[in-house]
Amino acid sequence: MTESYLSALFGGVLIGLAAAGMLWSNGKILGVSGIIGGIFRSKSWDFYWRISFIVGLLLGALLIEPLGYSIMQLEIDRSIFMTGLGGLLVGFGTTIGNGCTSGHGVCGISRFSSRSIVATLIFMFSGIFTVAILNYIAEVV
Amino acid sequence: MKILNTVLGPLLSGILFSIGLGVSGMTESKNIIAFLDIFGVWQGELMLVMAGAIIVYAVLYRLIVCRSKPLFENSFSIPHNKTLDKRLIFGAIFFGIGWGVTGLCPGPGLVALVSGKTNALVFVFTMILGMFVGRSNFGTKILSRAKQK
Repeated sequence: MTESYLSALFGGVLIGLAAAGMLWSNGKILGVSGIIGGIFRSKSWDFYWRISFIVGLLLGALLIEPLGYSIMQLEIDRSIFMTGLGGLLVGFGTTIGNGCTSGHGVCGISRFSSRSIVATLIFMFSGIFTVAILNYIAEVV
Repeated sequence: MKILNTVLGPLLSGILFSIGLGVSGMTESKNIIAFLDIFGVWQGELMLVMAGAIIVYAVLYRLIVCRSKPLFENSFSIPHNKTLDKRLIFGAIFFGIGWGVTGLCPGPGLVALVSGKTNALVFVFTMILGMFVGRSNFGTKILSRAKQK
């Protein structure tokens, strides 16, 4: 129990350091949705830092299991249809709302950005509400 | 070698970010769902991921932006928009629903690709599709209709 709290905190510190590194080296905000979305409409030079972040993310992902942590082992039982619907909503929502958990939730809150604080509160509540409804449906049906 | 300067920071940042997600348990969709399930058996650990990241970044952000410019670029690119508009609010609502349905946000979604699971592939593909819809006229139209109501 305590161990999972410590690793959550330590993981968070690493995420904070990664975001600070991005700002220090390239002056960019580490927002994953923005970085992905930007790949498809960025011109020349802007493309390189975005794609190298994604490559880094995937390389790092290959290290997670060798380091003793897991990816998608505790899968939730959502159908392919629900997963696709969720993916669409995540892509659409982060695009029109200009950010996700990293850009708004971590970087924006740290900068005391009012937009990010509002967005984070809303997507947290929206996520909590969604899980509550899905659990309710699963119990009743 | 300007290109090397441009890609090195983001590459290392991506690696560190990914490891941070893995260590913190964010790469397990079940953990995310359990974190959002405050009416069920709530697992509060993930609150600490945010707390840890925010404390570190809040301090370092202020130290870094005091510098005249980043190491390898001419200026910082930091958003200064302060307007709370419908786009932001609706965007966050839609994103939250998608997050609650899948237990994945964009970062962990990409990381999940290396698991090779069909769900991860479907998630990333539809997420990118959703980004295109958000940028398109269709996305703007939906929002302007919402604005009129």
